[in-house]
Amino acid sequence: MTLNIIFVILYFIFAPLLGGLFAGLDRVVSARMQGRVGPPVFQPFYDVFKLLGKQNFTVNRFHSYYLVCYLLFAVLNGAQLYLACLFNADDILFVIFTLTLADIFLVMAAYSAGSPYSFIGAERELFQMLVAEPLLLITAFGFYMATKSFDVVKIYSADHMLFLSLPGIFIGFVFVLTIKFRKSPFDLATSHHAHQELVKGLTTEFSGPTLALFEIAHWFEVVMLLGIVFLFFASSPLLGLIITVLTYFATILIDNTYARFKLHLTFEVAWIATLILGGGNLMVLYFLKLVNG
Amino acid sequence: MLDGNSFLVVFLILFPLLPALLLLMLRAEKAVKIVVNISIAVMSMAAITVAVIFVGGITDFISLSHHLDMLITLGDIIIALVFMYLARNHRSMRYWIPLLVIPQYSAVIFFELTGKIPESSSTFFIDNLSIIMVLIIAIVGGLISIYTPGYMKKYHEEHPEIKDRRHIFISAVFLFFFAMFGIVLSNQLTWIYFFWEITTLCSFIMIGYSQKEEAVRNSFRALWMLLLGGAGFAAAIIYASLYCDTVEVTKLTAAGKTAALIPAVLICFAGFNKAAQFPFSSWLLGAMVAPTPSSALLHSSTMVKAGVYICIRFSPAIHNTACGTFLAFIGAISFFAASAMAISQSDGKRVLAYSTIANLGLIVLCAGVGSYLALWSAILLIIFHALAKALMFCSVGIVEQQCGSRNIEDMHGLISRMPFVSIMMIVGISGMFLAPFGMLISKWSVLEALANNNPILPIAVILGSSLTLFFWSKWMGTLVAVNEDKTDIEKGIGKSIWFPLFSLSALTIIVCAFFPLIGAVLIEPMYGPDFTVMGRGHIIMVTIMMSMVMFLPVGFLINWRNLIHVTPYLGGTNVSDPNRFKGSLKEEEWTLRNYYFENYFGEKKLLKISNIAAILITLAFLTIGWFL
Repeated sequence: MTLNIIFVILYFIFAPLLGGLFAGLDRVVSARMQGRVGPPVFQPFYDVFKLLGKQNFTVNRFHSYYLVCYLLFAVLNGAQLYLACLFNADDILFVIFTLTLADIFLVMAAYSAGSPYSFIGAERELFQMLVAEPLLLITAFGFYMATKSFDVVKIYSADHMLFLSLPGIFIGFVFVLTIKFRKSPFDLATSHHAHQELVKGLTTEFSGPTLALFEIAHWFEVVMLLGIVFLFFASSPLLGLIITVLTYFATILIDNTYARFKLHLTFEVAWIATLILGGGNLMVLYFLKLVNG
Repeated sequence: MLDGNSFLVVFLILFPLLPALLLLMLRAEKAVKIVVNISIAVMSMAAITVAVIFVGGITDFISLSHHLDMLITLGDIIIALVFMYLARNHRSMRYWIPLLVIPQYSAVIFFELTGKIPESSSTFFIDNLSIIMVLIIAIVGGLISIYTPGYMKKYHEEHPEIKDRRHIFISAVFLFFFAMFGIVLSNQLTWIYFFWEITTLCSFIMIGYSQKEEAVRNSFRALWMLLLGGAGFAAAIIYASLYCDTVEVTKLTAAGKTAALIPAVLICFAGFNKAAQFPFSSWLLGAMVAPTPSSALLHSSTMVKAGVYICIRFSPAIHNTACGTFLAFIGAISFFAASAMAISQSDGKRVLAYSTIANLGLIVLCAGVGSYLALWSAILLIIFHALAKALMFCSVGIVEQQCGSRNIEDMHGLISRMPFVSIMMIVGISGMFLAPFGMLISKWSVLEALANNNPILPIAVILGSSLTLFFWSKWMGTLVAVNEDKTDIEKGIGKSIWFPLFSLSALTIIVCAFFPLIGAVLIEPMYGPDFTVMGRGHIIMVTIMMSMVMFLPVGFLINWRNLIHVTPYLGGTNVSDPNRFKGSLKEEEWTLRNYYFENYFGEKKLLKISNIAAILITLAFLTIGWFL
């Protein structure tokens, strides 16, 4: 029992801390890539604290509450993955479904704002969810085919490296990660820079404490998704950590080297990748199973 | 003779005929309402009592006199004549309908009259699946029929050009209940066939209600398509009496694969035809011309549910055969293609129709896969879909009456104009796709059920469910958008409309909250004592999510004090009206429209391909059984 409580406390401290650090690293590394010095690593935390202290502007009384729901579900979502040992059968499919549920609240917040930028941002975010969702579910499915279980704990303690049976799905997952992180070339719904055609898109109407909630929830999401990356290599934790960090670095690199895709291109590229990498990987696993009996 | 419990079952089946006859004669609005309400009260009480008495893991049988089979024969003759009479004046159908009716009915009636149909030991049977269906028909169907008189009154006020034939409509509703109870409780194929064709007749009456050109055309399209499915049923009866030596459902499904494969295939054909799977989807889409209560009925508790019920019933007979795989593929195509096409639709009712086809596709897919877990998900899907779809149709119907449009674009900001109805629609939409509500639980279990199969099916389910996510959230987003138009247009909605709406939303939530219980009491006993789906961990997880989803929305009611209200950013100078702004040149107005992605998901693109694919698979499904 005490052990469980320690787990919970550790999760609540380290998940946002890690998420914030990743965001800070992102800014530093991006700056270096662009030949700038960039802010200190802890800048995201300073930003969030500053935002929390500001006045809470809102376009309607429901708007910021959606963000509260978004944050709570993002927290639950990470808990499902990292505290899986507390629930004696935690399902990886549920983790993905909760991610969707959390994002729906974010999208509803943007819809409710009544601003055209926000509305189009919401619509695009929804489209990005549609684009990314199949590969996330295929990942869960691939885990099942490799370990015979949807249970997070069993997937974590698999006796072989899952990456070896799921290389296609892994590459596909990294691909989708850029969509989920809302990074270029898939920063259609909102981007880090306000000088695009949609201003700040989805987040246009978030300001002050509401924007802080959005940032914190996004940290939880990043940590959760990187956790899934780690699961591919869970049998050798050190390698897993290194690959996870490298994956994050790869998304930053892609972010800095690609221009934004159009909506249609995003859809076509992502679904073709899903079918070839994800579907192909599942087919190969299935045939191997048939051959081996 | 009959004991009390069996009598109750017979009463439940026959009772709806009484209000059906009464309502055919009554015209006074008040009297109609009273008769409807009392009948529904009696019917649902009877259904609940039947459920309480017969619930358990075993199948109970009820035998009536064999002489009653004569009545069914007589009924078949009458229905055949009615079908041909209905088509007498229609230019093309006057030949086509008899061409469909005469062969199937003459064969069945010939067999019945010459005593070639094997005698059955029981007339009705009742197990947990029948109980679930009975409850859905009586309660969901009942709520829709309470909704009907109020809706129809307004419908005729708005459409004075349409001849007032309300009494026929409401009477057909009750005839529908009679037929549906008959389908889910009868044990002989000949009886089911009789009831089966009554539902066809009822939907024909409802679709053609307005007698406008389009309505008549669609009603005849539905009629011939459904008769084609009925032909499958007739063929199954003939084959079963010639080669299987029984026409009892329970014996056929227990007979093992080789014995009952052909009749099971034919019946499943009739089943997915009635469930509007591709290539037969167009009858259900055409049915949208009918007044909304009939859509609610056809989509949620009756008609299409009879189709998927029969597929689930006969699933054990085709389990683990190539036929089962083909049936699953028909379901998969319908699920994927219908979900995709729903994205390109802006008419609320059409979106609902495509989503019905999609969800039924998922159920048919489960029936084709046929493992216990798949059937468990299929039955849960039936329950959740019935509730959420009935709620959605009733809400859209009332929105259409209050704002004069059922286009989703016109529902922009509906939450400020019709708060209660919008919240109910949000409950319905969440019930259709969001975790931890019902539909998603079923999708979760479908994926788990498919986990050991060929990956093509799971990929189709995954892609399809991502597509559903898009069109539902887009609709929900349109509803919750807040705009300046805050005129309350909920006034004038009568009690007979509010009651079913509230009850359906409450039931949607309650059933979602207690579904592990429903699974444990109603579904799992059918598949043996060791069969449990939800582990303790799953239940904990679902409970946590459920309570968050239930209690978090309370925060929306609180008027947070610390907020400073501003107008949205518009990239120019805001003027007093938030739908206008001052750009660099002049004052401009903006409006918002959703994405439809016609170039990917348009009907033009997808309908033909999916129909051709589905026709090929259907042909394979029908023929391959003969070679096994």
